[in-house]
Amino acid sequence: MGILSELIKGLRVTGGIMIRTIAGNELVTTEYPKEMRVKPQRFHGRHVLNRYPDGMEKCIGCELCAGACPAQCIYVRGEDNDPDNPKSPGERFGYVYEINMLRCIFCGLCVEACPTEAITMTHLFEFSTTNREDAIYTKETLLMDRRGSVPHMFPDDELVDLDELDSADGWVRATAPSGVAAYQGIEMWQGTPGPGDWSPEPTQEERDRLSRDRTSDG
Amino acid sequence: MSWPEFWIVVLRVVATFALLLLVTLINVWAERKILADMQNRLGPRRAGPWGILQTVADGLKLFFKEAVIPRRVEIGMYLLAPFLAVVPAFLIFMVVPWGRPFTIGGNEVALQGADLNIGLLFILAMSSLAVYAVVLAGWSSGSKYPLLGGVRATAQAISYEAAMGLAMVAVVMFSATQGDGGTLSLSEIVERQAGTWGDIIPALEPVLRFVPRWNLFPQIVAFVIFFTAIVAETNRAPFDLVEAEQEIVGFHTEYSGMRFAMFFLAEYVNIFSMSAIAATLFLGGWNGPTFEGSVPAIVSGILPTVWFLAKTYLLVFLFIWVRATLPRLRYDQLMQLGWKRLIPGALAWLVLSTAVISFRQFGPPWSS
Repeated sequence: MGILSELIKGLRVTGGIMIRTIAGNELVTTEYPKEMRVKPQRFHGRHVLNRYPDGMEKCIGCELCAGACPAQCIYVRGEDNDPDNPKSPGERFGYVYEINMLRCIFCGLCVEACPTEAITMTHLFEFSTTNREDAIYTKETLLMDRRGSVPHMFPDDELVDLDELDSADGWVRATAPSGVAAYQGIEMWQGTPGPGDWSPEPTQEERDRLSRDRTSDG
Repeated sequence: MSWPEFWIVVLRVVATFALLLLVTLINVWAERKILADMQNRLGPRRAGPWGILQTVADGLKLFFKEAVIPRRVEIGMYLLAPFLAVVPAFLIFMVVPWGRPFTIGGNEVALQGADLNIGLLFILAMSSLAVYAVVLAGWSSGSKYPLLGGVRATAQAISYEAAMGLAMVAVVMFSATQGDGGTLSLSEIVERQAGTWGDIIPALEPVLRFVPRWNLFPQIVAFVIFFTAIVAETNRAPFDLVEAEQEIVGFHTEYSGMRFAMFFLAEYVNIFSMSAIAATLFLGGWNGPTFEGSVPAIVSGILPTVWFLAKTYLLVFLFIWVRATLPRLRYDQLMQLGWKRLIPGALAWLVLSTAVISFRQFGPPWSS
């Protein structure tokens, strides 16, 4: 009667699970579109292009992400900033930025390569399209709007860890736009607000004066 | 036949048919829900309260889908096979009594499609016919995987039908000792299981007073064999080699839309009617306490049907439970279980049970 006792042993397992499920044990599944799982913190979802808190684009059009991409799905073209109306702090900005999501392998090397933390990955993963061309994300889709969000299916979701975005980029503070002499002494953008009060980047004159003071003191 | 009699026959058949369709709607949903519970999942819950309309939604979807006819099918058999599956499935249940007979205006109405005096033979015949549907569907599809499914069905049906029949013989022989001569009519077999074992064996009356007079207790081995065989007869897990989804998809690979739905319907009708037959043969059918006199007449009239459905659903649940538990048998294991375990087991039980019955009836062979 070996078969029967083994059979009863098996039936006890499934029956036990059924009773526990009916009694309200936690389920292994969720009702997906209604109820979303919290993704792991470093989930490799779709990309976004970030902005500084004052609205400047972080991307400087350096194409390092395109160079790092093993799937060659990123296409970037940079252009010189208009000194009167700069898109990014620094000389250049990303004029064209496209990612082919059908090719992307979500390795995250572009994020590693970016010197300004302009491109990061979010927790978004629903990007089915009915058209192959829609899978090529352009700057309109990728760039954060003023509310810190991009066009996507579930607008209420938090895209990235906003605290991290606010504080981590203190080291990238570019100088005045284009280095044109006419803008000497004019503040073109605000410094990154981190913990405490941050003063704007000193202008060239102030910096010269500071270094002069230091040498005369010494 | 007078007109009232004619209408009663129509009523019986239509009521049985409607009951079968209704329970099938519930069974498909119940199976998915119970399987989900056993696998710690949610199961269907969008269509209707607790997802109970899921089957209706599935059925509507299949109804409106295109029924593709592949180019290389044997068209006649291909179109006939779904009907060959559905018709025997419904006919099997027609001989099962699913409630106590009642009287309307002087005419007795039995809650049973037809009370055949050869009921059990009819069941065996119909369950064999159902195999034709599978074999013909597999063969006429003109495709190799359905053919494999059909071939498996043939071998499986032959192996397990024998064990099923032998288990039935043991019950029929036992049942013959419980009343006036042998019978193959299911309503007669049910009536012979009324009461408790305490009425039959007065010596043990205080203990057996609460044990219903079901064939299950003296024929427990036959029940185990019979249940195993009907799981195999209906091609359910763990004996679902005929439609092993992961390997050969099954005899209905080339069917779609409503034609596929008919195979699906037949499978679930078969589960219910086979469980009903097992409940009738071993668990006393619609017998059970009706509390006559202490409750309204309508309640005690409906209670037998409730008992019948409760017993049948207990077995349907067992079907689902086994499906959730056991992995599919390998082909040689299937054959070994059938030919080396079940059939010899059924034969041995038949001999033993016959010996006991004749000993009780005629005394020891050396006595006369």
